[in-house]
Amino acid sequence: MSKYILNALVENHAGILAKMASLFARRGFNIDSLAVGETHDPKLSSATIVVDGDAQTVDQVEKQLSKLIDVISVQTLAPEASVSRELSLIKVSCTAKNRAEITQIVDIFRANIIDISDHAVIIELTGSAMKIEAFKEMMRPYNILEMSRTGMIAMTRSLADSKKVEADNHIL
Amino acid sequence: MEMTVAEAVLRVVKEQGTDVIYGYPGAANTPIYDKINNAGLYCVLTRNEQGAAHAASSYFKMTGKVGVCTATSGPGATNLITGIANAYMDSAPLVAITGQVALCNIGKDAFQEVDTTGVTTPITKHNYLVKNAEDAVSIMREAFYIAKTGRPGPVVVDIPLDIQKEIIEFTSCEQSEIRGYNPEPELNVKQIKKLAKMLHSAKRPFVVLGGGVLGAGASDEFTAFVEKIKVPVASTLMGISGISSNHSQYLGMLGLHGTHSANNAFLNSDLIIFMGSRISDRAVSDSEATARRAKIVHIDIDPAEINKNIICDLSIVADIKKLLIKLNEYTDFVCPDTWLNECINAKNQNIKAEDSQTKLVNPKLFLKMLSDKTTPDTVISTEVGQNQIWTANHYKFLKPNTFLTSGGFGTMGYGLPAALGAKIARPELTVIAIEGDGSFQMAMPELAAMRQSGADLKIVIFKNRSLGMVHELQQEHFNSNFVSVDLGDYPHLDKIAEAYDIPYMQISTNDEIENGINALLKDGQAFILEVLVDEFESTL
Repeated sequence: MSKYILNALVENHAGILAKMASLFARRGFNIDSLAVGETHDPKLSSATIVVDGDAQTVDQVEKQLSKLIDVISVQTLAPEASVSRELSLIKVSCTAKNRAEITQIVDIFRANIIDISDHAVIIELTGSAMKIEAFKEMMRPYNILEMSRTGMIAMTRSLADSKKVEADNHIL
Repeated sequence: MEMTVAEAVLRVVKEQGTDVIYGYPGAANTPIYDKINNAGLYCVLTRNEQGAAHAASSYFKMTGKVGVCTATSGPGATNLITGIANAYMDSAPLVAITGQVALCNIGKDAFQEVDTTGVTTPITKHNYLVKNAEDAVSIMREAFYIAKTGRPGPVVVDIPLDIQKEIIEFTSCEQSEIRGYNPEPELNVKQIKKLAKMLHSAKRPFVVLGGGVLGAGASDEFTAFVEKIKVPVASTLMGISGISSNHSQYLGMLGLHGTHSANNAFLNSDLIIFMGSRISDRAVSDSEATARRAKIVHIDIDPAEINKNIICDLSIVADIKKLLIKLNEYTDFVCPDTWLNECINAKNQNIKAEDSQTKLVNPKLFLKMLSDKTTPDTVISTEVGQNQIWTANHYKFLKPNTFLTSGGFGTMGYGLPAALGAKIARPELTVIAIEGDGSFQMAMPELAAMRQSGADLKIVIFKNRSLGMVHELQQEHFNSNFVSVDLGDYPHLDKIAEAYDIPYMQISTNDEIENGINALLKDGQAFILEVLVDEFESTL
């Protein structure tokens, strides 16, 4: 089992998110995250799906998604030819005593403190899933009070776009 | 031209060549019913919305036009669901128009409100909730287009009551392109050549005929192809009637309830070509072992079927009709005689006079005799269960699309309304509904729809007072612990026949079969033939 990132361009129609979610549930696909948002064209949305599975499962996810009429295109992103980011908000216990320590770690991760009180801070962190995991581990000793993640969004690198090789999906 | 949305919707139905609507009125679709007669559409009042969906699903097989059914909101829509799911599993094109509560009431748990697009999402090819009256016409055209192109399937159009009454300008313009939908894959000559090459290196090739061949209207091309390369053929349940049952190369149905000769040939083959089949678990029980043993070629219009149930060595996503025309051009392969003869001989040895130990009627013999007495264009509709498998294995289908059955979904209560839909679509044909006494009761009220619409069906009811297939399952796998499979003697079919003014006859021995069939087929009249069968009669 490994993680695959899929990008789908979909019509910005009511119910499309429900249709995608229903499809994953019905076919028994394991989805780590699903993030949908409008693109530069308000008629289109972009969905990034992180799938946990083997190559055959991902092939099925891609084909079943493509079958939805409101899904215009689907592609599985190659990690080396794409960039992906996730945003997370983490509320950590923090008092005057350990504030300096926490601030130092926040700086190392290039995260930001966006809210503060006498007993806690909220940290905003953007990055790959791996970076967020690493930061979470660093914060764990200080007591994480709350955590919220957007799920991954991703895009192919512009260099990869121009060198895109047409895969022959039919001959397997 | 200005008209209400209800009128416009019906106008699109007519424009698409469909002239019958099967359905049931209710508060939320009355504006549509109000205009049905004016639109020149014939409406059939089935006694349950489920029957309307089944009837509409057989309409396409009979006419080549998309079937249409309608129901009101809430329970009307949910009653359609089994029929829609059935059409989805068997790739039957269907447009279901459902009434919805008024737009301002959606989400308020209004009277007879259900989230129709929500509940039909997993069982439709696509669905729509019409929120703007101006979109109604283009949505309806799109619905028909999506239903019948590519891999056919059901489409639901849910229209709120207030929207149905709004006045719009009816436009006759062509529908716009749907960006995310490409139903016509391009033929890839490279793959056709690769298939030809694989055939050449095969010693024991075998072709599986699926329902997709019938869906593509490619029976003639299919028969020409297998005759050219001289390979043995088996069909899935949905593929039956795609090639004449009497064809010398045809070994019968494949799978759990298939013939010995088809299954043996399948097991001994070294190259299997699946055409328009989704390789269901009933047709191929162990797809992994199959793929290990033989080279697999999978041809289907739906890319999502490729490598779903079986990992193949070559896949071709194509319209089967276009592909077969090309294959007939490119392939010069002819299968070695020895392999074909071996399969044919095994088939001939397997055919024995269906002997049965029971004192009652042998249903297999009955179906064999029935097919001797009917004309090739007679349409046979079955229920689900033993009656279905007996028919699939013992009735001889000579022409395409003469077999209506519920394959993927296995829906009891399908056969009678499907037969009704077929008879209304093609009144000149003889349509025979083969029923079991269990499944008959699931759609029995449709006898009234049949009488009222003058669609005179020939109805055969195998009565074994039991849910035969489950009875057999309990006998073989649960130590004959028979639970809830005994139907008793009810209903008395003579009285049912009398209640609906249908001529009736009962037969109880093999000697009476001929008389029974003669009475059944006499003239064009509706008829119920009750055939008493032993509850221990085996499926195979």
